[in-house]
Order: sequence, then C-alpha cells, then structure tokens
Amino acid sequence: METIYRIMEALLPFEYMRYDFMKNALLAVLLITPLFGLVGTMIVNNRLAFFSDALGHSALTGMAVGVLLGVTDASLAMVLFAVLFALLLNGIRHSGIVASDTVISVFASLSTAAGLVILSRGGSFSRYSALLVGDILSIAPAELFRLLLVLIAALLFWGAAFNRLHAVSLNASLAKSKRIPVALVDNLFVVLIAVIVMLSIRWVGILIINALLILPAASARNLAANMREYHLFSLLFSVFSGILGLLLSYYLNMAAGPMIAVIAALLFFATVLVRPAVKS
Amino acid sequence: MKDKENQKSSSSQSIAGKTGRRGMKNEGADRRKYRLLQPPCGLHCIKMNDIGVRIGRETIIEHVNLHIHCGKLTVIIGRNGAGKSTLIKAVLGEIRHSGTVEFRDMRDRSIQDLRIGYVPQQLNIEKNTPTSVYDMFASYISNVPVFLKRSRKLAERIQSALSLFEAQELIDRQLCDLSGGELQRVLLSIACDPVPNLLLLDEPVSGIDRNGMELFYRNINMLKKNYDLAMILVSHDLDYVERYADSVILLDRTVLAEGPPAKVFAGDEFRRVFG
Repeated sequence: METIYRIMEALLPFEYMRYDFMKNALLAVLLITPLFGLVGTMIVNNRLAFFSDALGHSALTGMAVGVLLGVTDASLAMVLFAVLFALLLNGIRHSGIVASDTVISVFASLSTAAGLVILSRGGSFSRYSALLVGDILSIAPAELFRLLLVLIAALLFWGAAFNRLHAVSLNASLAKSKRIPVALVDNLFVVLIAVIVMLSIRWVGILIINALLILPAASARNLAANMREYHLFSLLFSVFSGILGLLLSYYLNMAAGPMIAVIAALLFFATVLVRPAVKS
Repeated sequence: MKDKENQKSSSSQSIAGKTGRRGMKNEGADRRKYRLLQPPCGLHCIKMNDIGVRIGRETIIEHVNLHIHCGKLTVIIGRNGAGKSTLIKAVLGEIRHSGTVEFRDMRDRSIQDLRIGYVPQQLNIEKNTPTSVYDMFASYISNVPVFLKRSRKLAERIQSALSLFEAQELIDRQLCDLSGGELQRVLLSIACDPVPNLLLLDEPVSGIDRNGMELFYRNINMLKKNYDLAMILVSHDLDYVERYADSVILLDRTVLAEGPPAKVFAGDEFRRVFG
C-alpha cells in the first residue's frame, strides 16, 4: 500500500495528494468507475435499470439483517442478502406472472421499508444515513482490495461470457436455439450486479448508485454504433466523471458521490446534443 | 432505382454462384467450415409425438403429432391464439411440454441430435442499441468478446454467410436501424450458421413490404433446394402459403387438418376457422 501511495504522490504532486484518505478515495474511484462503466452497458441493454435500483435499496434490509444477527461484517450480510434478492427477483421477472416493473417496485419498496423499520429501532437511524449518500473518503485499504477482487471477477466474467450474455439480451429463444444456457447466464449476471452494488454502496450511496451505473452507458449509446465503441465510451465517461467529481468535491467541499453523478448527468446531456452530428 | 436493384440482385446471385462452384470443387473444406450446399437427402425425419403444453390450468395445445422431412417446407396456419407460437417454443425446448420430439436418420433408423435454427418474430432491442450486425452474428459463433477487437477473419466469414441471403452489405449497420425485411435476412443467416436440421420461422413476415416478402420466400426456396434441412414456418399470409408450402398444418389447439395446401384449403376445417 505504501508503495502505491508513494507512486501516487510522485505522479500527482498536488495538495490533495497529501492526505491518505484522498489517495484511498482516488483509488476507489479508479476501481469502481471502470466496473460501473463496464456492467452498466448490459444493465441498460437488458433494461435492468429499475432492477439495479431496487437492488441498491435492498442494501438497507441487508444491513438490517446483519445487525439483527449480530454479524460484525455488514458487507457480507448485505452481499448475501442482495444475491438472494436478485435471484428471487429475476425468477419472478421471468415467470411472467406480474408485470416486471410492478414486481420490482413492490420488492424495492418492501426492502427499503423493512430495512428502515429495523434500523430505526430505538430512534437511531442517523447512524446509518451514510449508507444513503455514501462516503468515499472513508474507504480503507482492506475495502479497496475487495473492490479490486470484484473488478477482476467482473473482467473475467465479461471476457468469458460476454457474447453469451449479449446473445441472451437480444432474444432468449434464439439464444436457446444456439444452445446457450440462458437462465444460467442471466442469473450469473444479476448476481454480479448484486455483488458490485453491495460492495460499492457504502462509498457511493443508495440514492445515487444507479445514476453511476446507468449514466455512462446511456451517454455512450448516444454516440456508439457497435459494442466496441459502446464499451470504450462508457468506460471513458465513467472514469472521467469519477475523477473530476472527486477533485471538484475536494475543492468545493461537497459530497463526492453526488458530484460524480452530476458530472455524469451533464455528460449525458452533452452527448444528446452532439448525437445528431455524430450519427450523420 | 430499378436498375440499381437489378444490379444488386444480380451481383449477389453471382456471389451465391461463386460459392456454389467453389462448394463443388472444394466441397469437403467448405462443408467443414459452413456446412454449405448439401442438398436435402429426404432421409431425415423429425417426429413430434403427442406434444402438449399446459400453462396453469389452461391447455394451450394438446395431442399434436407431426411428421416432417428434410427438404420440405411445412407451414403452420391458424387463427390468433391457436397455439402456433407455443408449439414453436415447445419444439425449441423453451417451455415445458409433454410428448417427445425425435430426429431420425431413415437410412439406419438411428436417433440423432437435433440441431434447431430459429428465426424469431423480433428482437428485444430498443432504439439506439449499439449492436451492429457483426456484433450480433459474432456473439453466436465466436467466443472472443465482441466488445474487444473486430476480427477480420470472422467478419469475412459473417459476410459470406450474410451474402447467401442478400444481406452482405448490412454487416456494419446497427440492428435497430434495419428495416423489417433486412432484419429478417440477417436473422435467417444467423439461424443457418451452422446449418440446422430443423429451421423454425416464427411469423417472420410481419412488418415487411411486398418486395421483402418475395425476397423472403425466394430465400426459403433457395434453402429448400440447397440445404439438408426441414423447415417449419408460422405464417398468416395464405397467398404465399398456397404458392410455396409443401405441406400445411391447420392448428387450433390441436392439428385440425394437414396435407398439401390445396387439400387443406378446400377442407371444411379450413372454412370453419377462416370463414
């Protein structure tokens, strides 16, 4: 860790690099934003934006379950709960019994409410309010290491299964006829989203995590004509808003997560404006 | 404009012709590559025995028995909600069904693994989706992630597969910008690479103009002559069915009538369903 810190200081001889918390935050941004830019592409393609939002809300219940069971590592409880939640939601989504946005909404509300009810026992919810807005400046090296592992896992999944995931998103029956294990691929993807969301939610915040997942990909769609451009733009937009947002939040003394989301949103509107020129 | 069209179709015919000649000269290699041009032997048959689908308490289809041979176009007709798409999904193994589907080689009566090609009604894509025809095609035939490098070799292979259905110039277009007919030709190329034993086409003629329909049926005919496969088409357009189908199946929860188009169209059941 010390070596990385020293390299960062040498590369970035700025005032903010004097603080370890800023170094950690910058590393966190460099891990989280590529991750979000990458999986965001298929979240948008699969119309899972609402789904990932609901997953974010389940963090409250996951945290509450962890507190009730007296688990010391809240992240573990949150990840386990979110994975179960994601698989359940995915199952219901595909059963076609109820309209999928209705199901997702029901579960999102329920998990938010249940989490709030339990966490506000004894009137002490304010302890958990950081979960809502996120606090990237409080991230510690051990947690950075976890994010690195998730990033590697996501890259491996993308490398090994992207074509299948893409095929399933275009038409499940067609994918089935090509002997692609549709349900497995789909479930692995939602589990990946669940793990990513849960391990980054404390640093990014429930309220804005979805903006960071969706916006870079949504902006990239305005410019890209194929999957290579889509991924490239999405990654670039994500990392750019992350770094700029973090620095601005430092100089302006504002919350980092929301600042990143604002920049990502501005980028989105910029791409809407230049889209006609690019597409013609 | 008309000249241009003619030119286009003649040039693609010559491409098909070239592949044909090369297919004869170097048949082994080509067949290994694309399983191209293996005229139907008429000795493969697909048998569906007592297919039934229930969803909850509702019976969608029941007691469907069909016998289909390679080199034949079988068209399923019926009113809306007759269970046509359900039957297709059952054969695909996408929904649970009773009964069996078996694929036999009549020469030695052995049961073989049935490879199904499927042309869906539509794709699940929204406007703006940055998926090119190359991206889509490569996703089914390659393990190299399509968000990485574009492979020239793969692009050539895809182009040659597309050219069989007069769709070679679409390779870099975005799927969401294609017309109904163009998308149909791309989906046909994908379904036929590798060449399946059974090609299922689910109402592929909706949202396509007259020229697109003609081209579609020309392509179907081309497949029938040059490839060793059986085809099942779900269709609404009875004019085309009469002209192109080898066999028609009138479905309404179960098979009401089957046989050559003229025979089925003259039957009482046909009159009852289509009035």
